[in-house]
Amino acid sequence: MVLLFAALVGTGGLYSALTSTSAQATSSDASAQEISHGRQLFLEGCATCHGLNAQGSANAPTLIGVGAAAVDFQVGTGRMPLARPGTEAETKPVIYTQTEIDALAAYVASLGAGPAIPSDDQLDLTGTNLQRGGELFRTNCAQCHNFAGEGGALAFGAYAPSITTATPKQLYEAMLTGPEQMPVFADGTLTPQQKLDIIKFITTVRNEPNPGGLALGRLGPVTEGLFVWVVGLGAVIAVAIWIGVKVS
Amino acid sequence: MSADTEPAGPIIEIGGKVADAADQRLGISKYLKNNINKLFPDHWSFMLGEIALYSFIVLLLTGTYLALFFKPSMTEVIYHGSYVPLNGVRMSEAYASTLDISFDVRGGLLMRQVHHWSALLFVAAISVHLFRVFFTGAFRKPRELNWLIGVGLLTLAILEGFAGYSLPDDLLSGTGLRIAQGIIQSIPVVGTYASFLVFGGPFPGTSFIPRLYIVHVLLVPGILLALITAHLMMIWYQKHTQYPGPGRTEKNVVGYRLFPIYTAKAGGFFFIVFGVTVILGAIASINPVWMFGPYTPTEVTAGSQPDWYIGWLDGALRVMPNVEFSAWGHTLSINVLFPALIMPGILFTLLGLYPFIEQWVTGDRREHNLLDRPRNVPTRTGLGAMAITFYVLLWIGGGNDIIATHFSLSINEITWALRVTLIVLPPIVFVITRRFCLALQRRDRDKLLHGYETGTIVRLPSGEFIELHAPVSEEERAKLLAGVRYQPIALDTTPDENGVAPKVTLLDRARARMSAFYFGEQVAKPTAEELDHGAHHSAELAAGYARQLEAYENGHPNGSGSDGHPNGSHDGAADGHAGESAEEGRVIEASPRPTQH
Amino acid sequence: MTDVEDPGDGHPVPGSQVEPVGAHGTPDIPESRLPVHHPRRTDIDPRAARRVERQVSLLFVIGILTPIAFWLEYVYIPRDKVINVPVIGPTSASNFFLGLTMGIGLFCVGAGAIHWAKKLMPDVEEVADRHPFRGTDEDRATAVQLFEEGTENSGFLRYKMIRRTLIGALAATPLFALPLLKDLGPMPGNFLRYTLWKKGERIVTDVSYQPLRAVDIPIGGLVSCVPASLPAEQDASGNQNEAAKSPVILVRMRPAEIKKQQGANWDYEGILCYSKICTHVGCPTALYEQKTHQLLCPCHQSTFDLSDAGRVIFGPAARAMPQLPITVDSEGYLVAQSDFHQPVGPSFWERG
Repeated sequence: MVLLFAALVGTGGLYSALTSTSAQATSSDASAQEISHGRQLFLEGCATCHGLNAQGSANAPTLIGVGAAAVDFQVGTGRMPLARPGTEAETKPVIYTQTEIDALAAYVASLGAGPAIPSDDQLDLTGTNLQRGGELFRTNCAQCHNFAGEGGALAFGAYAPSITTATPKQLYEAMLTGPEQMPVFADGTLTPQQKLDIIKFITTVRNEPNPGGLALGRLGPVTEGLFVWVVGLGAVIAVAIWIGVKVS
Repeated sequence: MSADTEPAGPIIEIGGKVADAADQRLGISKYLKNNINKLFPDHWSFMLGEIALYSFIVLLLTGTYLALFFKPSMTEVIYHGSYVPLNGVRMSEAYASTLDISFDVRGGLLMRQVHHWSALLFVAAISVHLFRVFFTGAFRKPRELNWLIGVGLLTLAILEGFAGYSLPDDLLSGTGLRIAQGIIQSIPVVGTYASFLVFGGPFPGTSFIPRLYIVHVLLVPGILLALITAHLMMIWYQKHTQYPGPGRTEKNVVGYRLFPIYTAKAGGFFFIVFGVTVILGAIASINPVWMFGPYTPTEVTAGSQPDWYIGWLDGALRVMPNVEFSAWGHTLSINVLFPALIMPGILFTLLGLYPFIEQWVTGDRREHNLLDRPRNVPTRTGLGAMAITFYVLLWIGGGNDIIATHFSLSINEITWALRVTLIVLPPIVFVITRRFCLALQRRDRDKLLHGYETGTIVRLPSGEFIELHAPVSEEERAKLLAGVRYQPIALDTTPDENGVAPKVTLLDRARARMSAFYFGEQVAKPTAEELDHGAHHSAELAAGYARQLEAYENGHPNGSGSDGHPNGSHDGAADGHAGESAEEGRVIEASPRPTQH
Repeated sequence: MTDVEDPGDGHPVPGSQVEPVGAHGTPDIPESRLPVHHPRRTDIDPRAARRVERQVSLLFVIGILTPIAFWLEYVYIPRDKVINVPVIGPTSASNFFLGLTMGIGLFCVGAGAIHWAKKLMPDVEEVADRHPFRGTDEDRATAVQLFEEGTENSGFLRYKMIRRTLIGALAATPLFALPLLKDLGPMPGNFLRYTLWKKGERIVTDVSYQPLRAVDIPIGGLVSCVPASLPAEQDASGNQNEAAKSPVILVRMRPAEIKKQQGANWDYEGILCYSKICTHVGCPTALYEQKTHQLLCPCHQSTFDLSDAGRVIFGPAARAMPQLPITVDSEGYLVAQSDFHQPVGPSFWERG
């Protein structure tokens, strides 16, 4: 009995030892596979502008050192591939699957150290300070993206896009990597906790009801003025015309 | 049997007693006798000023309510009200009390919104009322003083609105106050002193909101109330103007009685304006200050605009090129002074003085109670269109960043485009408007002489196509004939009995030239003889056509045209047409017909 | 009949009409009559009149019921209740219902009154005369005579000394107001020329007031900062006056990208410090584009090139953004070398 038991344990132990090593071998293979998959995708879809070794060209900046987060953001929001060079990237339908995006990100990350894609733990919004997030948002973000995140104009045709549909991950990545003209908010200037506070604020406020009624775009007095002229004055003048019309 | 028409007994009894008591003490019967049946002409465009008046009353009512809750103080407090994203945040009492009104007072947000929508409507109504008065020439003698009061009301309404939306001390309006302070500071010589006096020290200080409050709830409303009263009293005394039309002359007023018709219509309209503003407050957000955050001079939002009636000044500041001079230790900021103070100063002065300028240029010092149709005063209409163009372009400039993001343009391109169109477009609009007015005048003349086109085309037996014209109705005729043609001021150059020519100064010459420009090309109105002749000629032509038709019918007894065509000039497919023209021929015969040329 | 002064010497009257004027002031054309009055449906058909009466009464009944409904809504709808309204989306139930009830109620009362006036009250146009405003010649003469009598009685014209000193006194009375207004505010003094920045003043982040090391700021970074002594100063003074002058931004670019600065070695390893207050009319200017190094003000779109000594490249601002010279202290934190070398913010007359 004892002998049988020992034999079983021994076989089991040997088996697990062997399989675990092969499992390790599989995971590192997957990583290497991911990178090479990413490289393939890169050569097909990105190298024309970013160069065969991602060193950049006249049309596009270098990707060496931008990190996985930048790729996940740009490709994950459909900004990349760019519709045409020379214009500001805009959100478009995403053409890569998440697996492909991960692969691209892994490839670019392998070229040089840069900000990594935030994990779910890093994006945990429990314990964030909503009010502090608001103060930080108004100081660092509202001047470009507007008080409600509806976006705004920059110089010479550039613009800060609306952030009302961005996911927390995309918001985090944007702050971290500074896409296009957006400045880079490194962890030394906006700590990860502060970034989460801001994300908590953005995601709370954009889902807030408009207690007064139609939001009119959350753009401020311009749309309010148009509304009062067209709807308010229009309604009242329509009644005035009714008052003056001859009765049959 | 109509509904219960018996007068309500008790009401009449009590009313009688009250009236008697009042009459014995105040003599109201004498006043009522003369005024209760006052006539007011009826036209919807005369109600635009009423929109402004009723909006003002709504502002007073809702404003009083808000004043019961608002705390006009810049003392810092920590907010602990219902709006969670600002819980625990430091802010001024003014801002905190506005949040309380919006979230913790039932109906408070409604009153705040009604107050603000009403303010926007107030200035919008004043503006369209101004356009109506301008384009119809209602500012002419004897109403020049009323015009001046009106321009004063417009200025005060704009200032009052600016003060009002700055009271909550939020980020958006605070940014506007900073801009106002920067403008004051840029005034030469006294700028910094004026800024420190107004703000009680450096910006933002702690005195400004309380001071603005007293201006907003006491000083300006008091002046507005006084001016509005004077404005209305003058309309009452001078009687309202009227549009030209049948039975209307310079010496009468045609309309309905104040009591009961205008009491009902005007009173009802007040409820309408009030109701519409409250509905706006229910369905549309305005000035959501909780989203802007409390004011601090280190923060700003993209898309910072003032309320619409100040948008043109903001636009002027944006498109102005950066002209500034520095010399001998002093700086003159034309880039700020011109768009913010000099340009509006010039425009409002011209606006206020316009009746007098026009009087000087035309030499017309008659009393006018009949309004002009804008087409009959092409130069004035052109000037008005030009001014509105200029204003609207500046307005667009004020929203250039919102336009840029929504239409994918560059703010720089928009700014440059506006810089050019501000100079180029108004004169073009002036010329086009003037020509358009003259074209409309020619059309009026044609209508008077030849009747209006009915759109019915008839083919005569001779093969000729004519369009039937019908004479204008008597009412239309009276309207079309009422415009007056003037002659421009001529220089007096005939020598007197001693052979000495009168002295002609530069001013006289300028006046004559401006007068000629003002009256410019004029389309002569048909005289009475021309009208007679026109009618006579039409009757003759009609008789001619009738004879043609009769000849045709006599030649073709079965006039409904089933057996071919009179002159064989068109083929069988048009059988129906022949029948039609015969039918129409009978119609032609039946009524007097003016000609087609 | 008309008010135009006719010089009566045969010359054309300036601004005179081309056509002769008729008796009523309108051009001399056959008189027009008031349009024929057509009776309305409600004038001839009593059933139509009854129908209108019912309609008007219904509108007024809505005006009676809505305040009651308003009262109930006020009491029973909780302040924080949110409802989802089509087109509008989630909104405050209280604001929406209170507002619609009141608005519709008022509107219906108004519509009822107007409907009543249009359909049931008489719509026959009446004519009244306008009378000249000018007083009769006798009235004028009497007024002038009385005024002259009064002036004579007062001795205003006779006693020259009284007249002159009276005018002086009346002109001087409003001057009481001027000194009273003087204490509205202090004199500006030097306030606009200096800020809280001084040698060794640490640069801290706005909101969280954390000091910064050079390594914290990446290329392309933007940090909104204030002097380290600002929070304490704000607590002590109870106002935001210094916050209107002192805020700055830190930006970082590659040293090779810096074309020009406002002073030699005012940067630190590519980190530049510029004022955040626009030189146009004072809005905070923090729209920084990291690739073009342009700083844009959202108020009137003044654009500054921070790689080129902050000079204005577009917009109504006339002066470059003031630069703050910076360095690091012994612990490696970024500090100012001194105050700004020029007044920050909008221009003023005595600026220089």
